[in-house]
Amino acid sequence: MLPDTRGYFGKFGGRFVPETLMPALTELADAYKDARADPQFHEELNYYLAQYVGRPSPLYFAARLSAHCGGARIYLKREDLNHTGAHKINNTIGQILLARRMDKKRVIAETGAGQHGVATATAAALFGLECAVYMGEEDTARQALNVYRMRILGAEVVPVKAGSRTLKDAMNEAMRDWVTNVETTYYLVGSVAGPHPYPQMVRDFQRVIGLETRRQVLEQTGRLPDAIVACVGGGSNAMGIFHPFLEDAPVRLVGVEAAGAGLETGKHAATLNRGRPGVLHGSLSYVLQDGDGQINLAHSVSAGLDYPGVGPEHSFLKDSGRVAYTAVTDREALAAFHLLCRTEGIIPALESAHALAEAVRMAPQMPADAVLVVNLSGRGDKDVETVAALEDQEGGEQ
Amino acid sequence: MTAVNRISRCFDELAARREKGLIAYICAGDPDLDTTVRLVEAIAAAGADLVELGIPFSDPVADGPSIQRAAARALAGGVKVAQIIAAAARIRRRTDVPLIFMTYYNPVLQYGLEEFVRDAASAGVDGLIVPDLPLEEAGALLAPAGGAGLALIPLVAPTTTPERLQAISAAARGFVYCVSVTGVTGARQEIHTDLAKFTGRVRAYTGLPLAVGFGISGPAAAARVAPCCDAVVVGSAIVDRVAAAADSDPVPAAAGLAGEIKSALVNL
Repeated sequence: MLPDTRGYFGKFGGRFVPETLMPALTELADAYKDARADPQFHEELNYYLAQYVGRPSPLYFAARLSAHCGGARIYLKREDLNHTGAHKINNTIGQILLARRMDKKRVIAETGAGQHGVATATAAALFGLECAVYMGEEDTARQALNVYRMRILGAEVVPVKAGSRTLKDAMNEAMRDWVTNVETTYYLVGSVAGPHPYPQMVRDFQRVIGLETRRQVLEQTGRLPDAIVACVGGGSNAMGIFHPFLEDAPVRLVGVEAAGAGLETGKHAATLNRGRPGVLHGSLSYVLQDGDGQINLAHSVSAGLDYPGVGPEHSFLKDSGRVAYTAVTDREALAAFHLLCRTEGIIPALESAHALAEAVRMAPQMPADAVLVVNLSGRGDKDVETVAALEDQEGGEQ
Repeated sequence: MTAVNRISRCFDELAARREKGLIAYICAGDPDLDTTVRLVEAIAAAGADLVELGIPFSDPVADGPSIQRAAARALAGGVKVAQIIAAAARIRRRTDVPLIFMTYYNPVLQYGLEEFVRDAASAGVDGLIVPDLPLEEAGALLAPAGGAGLALIPLVAPTTTPERLQAISAAARGFVYCVSVTGVTGARQEIHTDLAKFTGRVRAYTGLPLAVGFGISGPAAAARVAPCCDAVVVGSAIVDRVAAAADSDPVPAAAGLAGEIKSALVNL
């Protein structure tokens, strides 16, 4: 199973970090290998996933949404119902248990929408570890509620003023912190990005989404789904739900990137659709960049997708053709956001609304007995202000 | 003269004079490339024994605020990798100082590994430092760099294990860059690493000269570090001096600092 021992998924992945961090990455990879082979680690992880996170999350048949779209039966994997409101907690619980095994007293994280930051602050509070979260200044403004949540949980939130002041710059700053405090600090990466072993480790901790989905869909429908749709920023929720289905060729897997204002405008975050292979944040993967290899700014209404890179395994799956990667604009995501609110009484995260928008496009093209699963990766309470502001703006334009 | 020879001749001459070297870093294109060309010439004349020319990258994870800001200024000015290589050729026509490019992997990768080392070497550049390219990932660049006569200079850190020191030293060319602290670049009040012990550890694995860099704030700090290495690298302090004098002429300001540091090294 990929990655290979050097952390490569085909030609993607690797460890492109300063020498200072190389011994720490080796130590981390060894500690993770140990933990993976230790039944006690899994027992502890499963305990917290069940009793603290609230797993398994339901696989919910969205009858009114399905009827509205016509065509396939749409099922929602309800990661929004997890403690802290998104799939991110699956990974933070796993990694914090690992940090404890490694005897680290301090954890750091980067965050975009704030969901990973909140999940990290939560896990750190649960185990009494010191926690610092790096967040782009622009994101601290558009996700102010999550900033307060992290501070209430006892984390230090560090606004990052460099560059585009979003997720990319938060990750740069977290890596600089790690280089400086590597002896005492555990870097809790939130996506399937970064240097080896993070893409593998985060995927493994998120695989629980796909494993449950597989069991639940078989129980409820007696067969595997025809298609699974998930949004892709760094790509952790998508990798988590896709991975247990990679060998099931008939199951269509669709990753949805943020097209922002439109792919043709250049203002988007569609790394796999419009990027080229390059090195960012420790791994070789598709990257939005100019001809000189300078990283471009990403644009998306959704802070969690506003990232010019993507996990290396997604790049591998794109090139192999196993997963199709499409893109959905801000406007389409916003329409899907409202549609789910009105038809099902569920407020989705703007990130997850990108996956919903793609599902809304796909469902009518599929037969009525087809099964379409959408990973509803997070809840949208955090986005209510953003949505209200956008609507004021649109109202003003009309 | 081949490139590696220019670096090793420089260290041989320093050793013959029983003198510690100064490696000065500036960010190419900050504030503009014409100034960069003049800066290198003036810094070398003022006493820098080798010059590191930074090729700016948008996401410099190994750099602290000073060099981050310098890179951002240079990129905002629109500087391109090909223009920096051309500027290096102009520098080479004016001075024989060993020139080392310092940049991140992605700009080199996008330029093309073979094309980059070929064009850099033919511009008269002698070495290359890529802080986010550890030995495990350097294979694709080592061979073409060696073929072009461009020294791929490795970094070693206080955290580097003996096994890694051995492997890194075996592939090293030019000199070995010892990172003084666990951290990013930028002038510091104090360096807490036991540098003598650290460089002693590195010496056990290589006969190449050792340079110590990261955090060296000026002449006094350089003089403190110098006894345990062959050369000191000063970057952020010079970059800050360039930035502070950007409205007038940064060349005398930066050359002045390089001269002060070099005389502190000569008068140990």
